[in-house]
Amino acid sequence: MVTTFVATAGLRTGTLSPGRIGAVISRNIGPLRSGPAYWVVLVSGFFEPLFYLLSIGLGVGALVKNITLVDGSVLSYAQFVAPAMLATSAMNGAMAETTFNFFFKFKYIKTYDAMLATPVQPFEIAMGELIWAMIRGSLYTAVFLGIMVAMKLAAFGWAVAAFPATVLVGFAFGAVGMAFSTLMRGWQDFDLLTTAQFALFLFSGTFAPIENYPPAIQVIIECTPLYHAVGLVRDLATGVPDWATVGHAAYLVVMVVVGLWFTGRRLEAMLLK
Amino acid sequence: MTVQPLIHARGLVKRFGDFTAVAGIDLDVAPGEAFGFLGPNGAGKSSTMRMIGCVSTPTEGTLSILGMDPVRDGVKIRARLGVCPQLDNLDPDLTVAENLTTYARYFGLPRAEGRRRAAELLEFVQLSDRAESKVDPLSGGMKRRLTIARAMVNQPDLVLLDEPTTGLDPQARHLLWERLFRLKQQGVTLVLTTHYMDEAEQLCDRLVVMDAGRIVAEGSPRSLIETHSTREVVELRYGDTPLESLRGKLDGVGERIDVLPDRILLYADDGDAAVAEVHRRDLAPSSVLVRRSSLEDVFLNLTGRTLVD
Ligand SMILES: Nc1ncnc2c1ncn2[C@@H]1O[C@H](COP(=O)(O)OP(=O)(O)OP(=O)(O)O)[C@@H](O)[C@H]1O
Ligand SMILES: [Mg+2]
Repeated sequence: MVTTFVATAGLRTGTLSPGRIGAVISRNIGPLRSGPAYWVVLVSGFFEPLFYLLSIGLGVGALVKNITLVDGSVLSYAQFVAPAMLATSAMNGAMAETTFNFFFKFKYIKTYDAMLATPVQPFEIAMGELIWAMIRGSLYTAVFLGIMVAMKLAAFGWAVAAFPATVLVGFAFGAVGMAFSTLMRGWQDFDLLTTAQFALFLFSGTFAPIENYPPAIQVIIECTPLYHAVGLVRDLATGVPDWATVGHAAYLVVMVVVGLWFTGRRLEAMLLK
Repeated sequence: MTVQPLIHARGLVKRFGDFTAVAGIDLDVAPGEAFGFLGPNGAGKSSTMRMIGCVSTPTEGTLSILGMDPVRDGVKIRARLGVCPQLDNLDPDLTVAENLTTYARYFGLPRAEGRRRAAELLEFVQLSDRAESKVDPLSGGMKRRLTIARAMVNQPDLVLLDEPTTGLDPQARHLLWERLFRLKQQGVTLVLTTHYMDEAEQLCDRLVVMDAGRIVAEGSPRSLIETHSTREVVELRYGDTPLESLRGKLDGVGERIDVLPDRILLYADDGDAAVAEVHRRDLAPSSVLVRRSSLEDVFLNLTGRTLVD
């Protein structure tokens, strides 16, 4: 009935409740009705990769010859770039929620303090916020895939196959972004994150196959997350999945697990002192 | 037959690193009681409330809430608590009504039930006409009332109120007290912290006086005053005269003397007789006030300091 406490054993996590995770998700529906500000952010996050696709994919594509991948398949430049923009879109959509919005709720408006006074547990918050972020990311990618099919940059069947891959990408970046957000000291730290995100965007085999880089750089790129996201989505969207595709997916699954676990622990350590 | 206490603590300690915020306290709060923690800044009131609210792990000692263990059964306990934290954490992204309905969902209440309770509670705290407003434009008193309504959304067995009226103007405080009094009449167990003695006197059946992490006195407001102070207190003011020099001359008037920066307090069961004695000694003050003794005097007596500095 009563424990005599020794040192600092943490408050124990009970069974996770889908109902409470759902409640954390639905907290985010209210603000959507709150006016245009949120929607501007939502829509701009979508258009960024689309503009890259149109300007670079089509513009530069007109100057560049077709691209021959290592497996011998030949793609137009736009076909090569489009899946990378799709993966980036999934990353941006999820991370917009789990970095800026998460940090704001965590540090400024104390949403999570309020939640934790109820039966809601830290890990349920992490799950709920991640699922919400993924929903947002998936909206972006569903529309983006539609555009790719319309522009004949992907076959319909392969576009359908690529959709769950983009969901996984959203989960992975959302989870890791959220984990980073629990470590941020202030808004200035987000500049670093934005820069890192942009560097990933430029160098992850997005605009050129990484085989063009020196071997040492290739190895570094192969360790970074967006490379695997682009790889997974490109293999599926262009219809050439193989064992490497499975490896890319595994990398992303690890990101989800580690990101969620870390976020839960950090929320506990920071808010349940 | 003994009623099982809602809160039971023995030797409860909370340390943050080397710093001890709560230094071993014993508590028993019975169902239906209004129980208070009275103490100055940093006494350890909030730290104690957070342990009771199962959002902070005790460092040492035993604690049971609603007969359960806060570490193992935190989820079950929190399901039956209503919490009004010291600093409002209402959701500024949501409307007044949404703040309640969203909160109801965290307790697993169906949407329709959440809406029904939200309407009822907004009525109770007199905010029905602001239901569709955002939270930011509300006054401090309105926010506090909304936070209390939010704490009631799960029909809790135990309500924790950390400084419910700090920072409010007298009118807003009285409205809040009146609402809290009604909750108490409905049989809700209230645990509150305050550094206002009048608040403790108004609301609490029983209270503990806390100072530097320890409980220095315990009892009903009346019994604390009887034990630790006299029936009446005389407040003497002497304009610019240095007060310390008067201490000796007033010796023996009343049972005790406290010299504060701006006034002298004489503790006496018969205040008027004490005033007469002061005049007899030719120490006529520039102003004089005879009043009934309060918890403020109890605190001063116990710790040598005033509650609100
Ligand atoms: N998370 C924390 N980390 C370190 N020290 C803390 C923490 N929380 C509280 N303390 C310290 O513990 C002591 C007691 O704080 P607590 O908030 O419990 O006091 P309080 O009685 O509620 O005071 P107040 O009337 O100002 O609200 C203070 O000295 C405070 O600085
Ligand atoms: Mg406090």
